[in-house]
Amino acid sequence: MLSILRTIWDVFLHMFHRRVTVQYPDVKPYLAPRWRGRIILSRDPDGGERCVACYLCAVACPVDCIALQATEDASGRRYPEFFRINFSRCIFCGYCEEACPTYAIQLTPDFEMGEYKRENLVYEKEDLLINGPGKYPGYNFWRVAGVGITGKDKGGSEHEAPPTDLHTLLP
Amino acid sequence: MMTSPHPVLTIIGILIVALTIASGLIWLERRLLALWQDRYGPNRVGPFGLLQVLADMIKIFFKEDWNPPFADRAIFIVAPAIIVITVLMSFAVLPIAPGIIVADLNVGLLFILAMSSLGVYSVVLAGWSSDNKYALLGAFRAAAQMLSYEVFMGLSLMGVVLLAGSFDLAAIVNAQRHLWFVIPQFSGFVLFVVAGLAETRRLPFDLPEAESELVAGFHSEYSGMKFGMFFVGEYLGITLISALITVLFCGGWLGPVLPPVVWLLLKTFFFICFFILLRASLPRPRFDPLMNWGWKAMLPLSLANLLVTGAIVVALSAGRTL
Repeated sequence: MLSILRTIWDVFLHMFHRRVTVQYPDVKPYLAPRWRGRIILSRDPDGGERCVACYLCAVACPVDCIALQATEDASGRRYPEFFRINFSRCIFCGYCEEACPTYAIQLTPDFEMGEYKRENLVYEKEDLLINGPGKYPGYNFWRVAGVGITGKDKGGSEHEAPPTDLHTLLP
Repeated sequence: MMTSPHPVLTIIGILIVALTIASGLIWLERRLLALWQDRYGPNRVGPFGLLQVLADMIKIFFKEDWNPPFADRAIFIVAPAIIVITVLMSFAVLPIAPGIIVADLNVGLLFILAMSSLGVYSVVLAGWSSDNKYALLGAFRAAAQMLSYEVFMGLSLMGVVLLAGSFDLAAIVNAQRHLWFVIPQFSGFVLFVVAGLAETRRLPFDLPEAESELVAGFHSEYSGMKFGMFFVGEYLGITLISALITVLFCGGWLGPVLPPVVWLLLKTFFFICFFILLRASLPRPRFDPLMNWGWKAMLPLSLANLLVTGAIVVALSAGRTL
């Protein structure tokens, strides 16, 4: 009986406690840089697309929400012809980001993606591409990769020696 | 003595005020519960979220009014009306201020007890006609709970009747001019608060609803405005019980400076807040302890209270005649 009265009194005292609710639209919560939110495609510091259309993100995606088609430009760089993420399926697990070999696909601290139409949640490449390098400012895949493209032959990458001329090894 | 207003005005006034309070309680309860749980509650629609009530009303009016094909149609439709009607009928004999009363019955208290007994039918018929096992279980519980708590609800009030010497609610208020009955009848007051809680099926006595066990209990199958009627009925019930506690134990409209109506409303508001505090703090008991409490503790206590009060009243009147 006393415990009941005590409970009532204790609950009454909660009147004077601070409220813990965060008044969301007025007070925005702090989101860490590693927050897994809206997915973007980044560009390298030179302004070129980082994505090399390797399909690893599409393979890693547990809900199959990423669709893309690889193609190659005149200089020999692979890039996606289209790149589509269906955000009504996406579960923001971040596996695509982990799978990406070129830091192209990244998750950002933004979750305010509400839409009235489901179709509007399907983001095309122009919706996904941003103008900056995202979380990895200095990284340029084509400058460190050992692949030859127009303007950079094999061996022309950073920290890479020119390829050995096999004929000079002959006895 | 102020002149009493036209009866029709009184009827419409009480009706409007009661219904406004009942719907306002939806907002008040959510805000108060939030306050006691360190939250905010609805605070977006209008100032302090007050227009939330309006938004909820609009929503509930536009909800599909659906009758389950397996339900007993006529009873299913009548049941939610009964609860609102019985509670509103009880408001008729409630004295708001001197002269402001719809029907000044000399057996007003008995009338209210009778109406609250009839209110059981609403719940039981709703559960029965739904043809749903959870609804039926809720109705069973409601029948057992409300019937057994009604017994000592009436008995706990007999002490007040003895002291006032009348079943007339206005006479009971006037008898408290020198001393509120909450002091000489404190045990009766506690018993009546408990019984009142059980009668309105409020937490902690909401076993007929018990959403964690019985979906929504007796109104599982109800939707739209028919569910809204149960909702309004429940809040009207809280208002009525709070007003009754005020009238019977806390001097009704009596009080200094402020006009009588304001005093009644203030005291009623206090008890409404107390009921909401009880909801915020107490867990729901199991059903068998509830019954044990009712029959083995509350009933003997109220009988003892009646006996002692009766003995004292008789002794005092005997002393006066000597």
